[in-house]
Amino acid sequence: MNFELNDDEKMLVETAQSFVKKESPVSRARKLRDDETGWDRAVWKKMGDLGWMSLPFPESVGGFGGSFADVSLIVDQLGTTLVPEPYVESVLLAGMAILRSGSAAQQERLLAPMIAGETSLALAALERTSRYDVTAVDTRAEKAGEGWTLKGEKYFVLNGHAADHLVVSARTSGKHGERNGISLFAVGKDAAGLKIQRVKMMDGRHAAIVTLEGAAGELLGAEGAAAPVLDEVMDLGAAAACAEGNGIMRTVLWMTVEYLRTREQFGVKIGTFQALQHRAVDMFIETELAKSTSILAAIKASAPADERAYEISKAKAQLTASGHFVVREGTQLHGGIGVTDEHDIGLYFKRMQMLGALHGDQDFHLQRFSSMPQFTAL
Amino acid sequence: MDMSFSPEHVAFREEVRTWIAKTLPEDLAKIAAVDGHFEHTDTMRWHKLLAQKSWIAPNWPEEYGGPGWDATRRFIFNEELELAGTPPLSPFGLMMVGPLIIQFGSDAQKQRFLPKILAGEEVWCQGYSEPNAGSDLASLQTRADDDGSGNFTVNGQKTWTTYAQYADWIFLLVRTDNSAKQKQQGISFLLVDMKTEGVIAKPFLTTGGTPAFCETWFENAIVPKENLVGPLHGGWTLAKALLGHERTLIAAVGQSSRMLRRVKKIALETTASGKRLIDDPAIRLRIARMEVKLRSIEMANFRTLAGAQLGHAPGPESSILKIRGSEVIQQMFELAMDVMGPSSMTWFNEPGVVPPDQEYLGSVFNYIRASTIYGGSNEIQRNVISKMILGLSSK
Repeated sequence: MNFELNDDEKMLVETAQSFVKKESPVSRARKLRDDETGWDRAVWKKMGDLGWMSLPFPESVGGFGGSFADVSLIVDQLGTTLVPEPYVESVLLAGMAILRSGSAAQQERLLAPMIAGETSLALAALERTSRYDVTAVDTRAEKAGEGWTLKGEKYFVLNGHAADHLVVSARTSGKHGERNGISLFAVGKDAAGLKIQRVKMMDGRHAAIVTLEGAAGELLGAEGAAAPVLDEVMDLGAAAACAEGNGIMRTVLWMTVEYLRTREQFGVKIGTFQALQHRAVDMFIETELAKSTSILAAIKASAPADERAYEISKAKAQLTASGHFVVREGTQLHGGIGVTDEHDIGLYFKRMQMLGALHGDQDFHLQRFSSMPQFTAL
Repeated sequence: MDMSFSPEHVAFREEVRTWIAKTLPEDLAKIAAVDGHFEHTDTMRWHKLLAQKSWIAPNWPEEYGGPGWDATRRFIFNEELELAGTPPLSPFGLMMVGPLIIQFGSDAQKQRFLPKILAGEEVWCQGYSEPNAGSDLASLQTRADDDGSGNFTVNGQKTWTTYAQYADWIFLLVRTDNSAKQKQQGISFLLVDMKTEGVIAKPFLTTGGTPAFCETWFENAIVPKENLVGPLHGGWTLAKALLGHERTLIAAVGQSSRMLRRVKKIALETTASGKRLIDDPAIRLRIARMEVKLRSIEMANFRTLAGAQLGHAPGPESSILKIRGSEVIQQMFELAMDVMGPSSMTWFNEPGVVPPDQEYLGSVFNYIRASTIYGGSNEIQRNVISKMILGLSSK
């Protein structure tokens, strides 16, 4: 048992720390709220040059051959200043879906430019009636000559407004809710019959509602067998939310402590009041607990599917409970200033709300792992 | 990062588990199987079996009779005891005064006291708190005056002297210098034979209905000076030294895991309106929430353990273990009561009123409220974290 970072991992963290400080302080996230894309291709390219997008991919597609644990170290740091580039969306959601299902040629063609920071990707898996169920798919794909055409609507596709390629889940057989019959397709952003409606999200980033009206798609992997891949990338997304949430909690905790140390009322620093000190300690406790379970999530991301799902669901439930607690208490301890748009804590508050709702919320994950056989295997 | 145990540690766990199953006497195993109540005599029988195996003092150095285990083996051993539900050992000799004598005691004191602690021939209790010195321990007033002929005369009252009625010896914090500028100065650490004339221990009931608590009075009790451990007036250093010991044990993760399993078992075996309780979504989600909380504590514990195994001082993550561990064990029992439903109303009945594994839970449910109070109340713990980790001052 060892949770220490090795020298390579330490270097990764240090590089990321200095990058977010210099290239993407939180003021940048604030400014980009008003930008149509919401992120910057030049910064994305720099992230590619640093090799971050290569981390979980094998060398055969230009990857580094690392693990999810490495990715989680980066994501944690991106959380500290709310870096808006579509890292999780491109690397873990769409990227890993392509790696798990695409042919060698497809992997090379779709992943290599993304790894270099030249393109970005999006996963279009959920629909209006899906909530968090990746098998609730009504979008259909039909054979058209050599290829396929897709019809349907995909909902809240993260980075869908800016991605060069979408990975779209569609039914090639079966009914809504069935695990069999779901396939993945790569759809280019300029495909005829593809309509992309940009949607502004609470945290200032963007997603898309994607309408497919006979858009051409390229089948990725075996027909009808994508459910396990979707399970896995949703788990990776949830584990990444744990890492990002960590960065947010740590930042909000220390931002709040600093406020308690400097703000004066009744002629003294408010941090001398025990009522406030104990609330700050509870923020610290929740931050440490969420960190502990996010380590669990990072390690279990590569475990067999059942174990992965069971443990990541627990970690995501903890992250959501702790994360909400920390940003809400942090806001309270800031007083009125915490509820102004001008103060940064509101940006972290909003992003945490998003992380809670992404890749399965607390109720979903509690429900999921407690319905698994492990839950009652005594 | 790696959260697996090494093959040697896995084999060690198996060895411990097998040994416990083989060695725990049948009547005690029956009590353990239903999380029942162990008497003092049960505890001491188990103590002696562990002592025969030389597994009684995992945290003692080898030269004093410890088994020479690393931090991970100590953790695994403790976890296996908790998971098996063996009688909880009295911590006062093994975990408290023993390590202090090893660290601060004279050779004569080591030879006199340590072997008898190991063998379970002498039982200890703790004399720290007083009626007017609880969380503010340094305000203690029990006095030990030099009588000029090689003895101290001890006068005063100690409270929460848990199981003093069974104890042969008590270790005391006493005031030896009233003129010291700070109240932490002028305190000494003294060992007192409970048979000394003028020492009176009186048990009283906890809310759990067990006689765990005691008050102990000292009326002109004569204590030889050779029973002073560490420097005269230097007792506060000893009191503080105890706080850093074995932090991974304080989270009660094993006990909480065992209770979670118990709660699930009850929910699987109890039916309401023809449906198993576990299939009631409201109940199942409450259990799921507790499993999440337990897992987070367990991971924080693992992080502390992994650091200890590498020889690192406990990091910030370990400071939260007492607070959250004690809250979680309480919440486990709260949940147990709710899952028991009407059965939770029983109190020390004849067998057969409720299933055997539910008979004693109500008692512990009551007593476990102490877990957030003893060992430094959780509010005191929060003060410490606020000051030491968050850097918030009280002035």
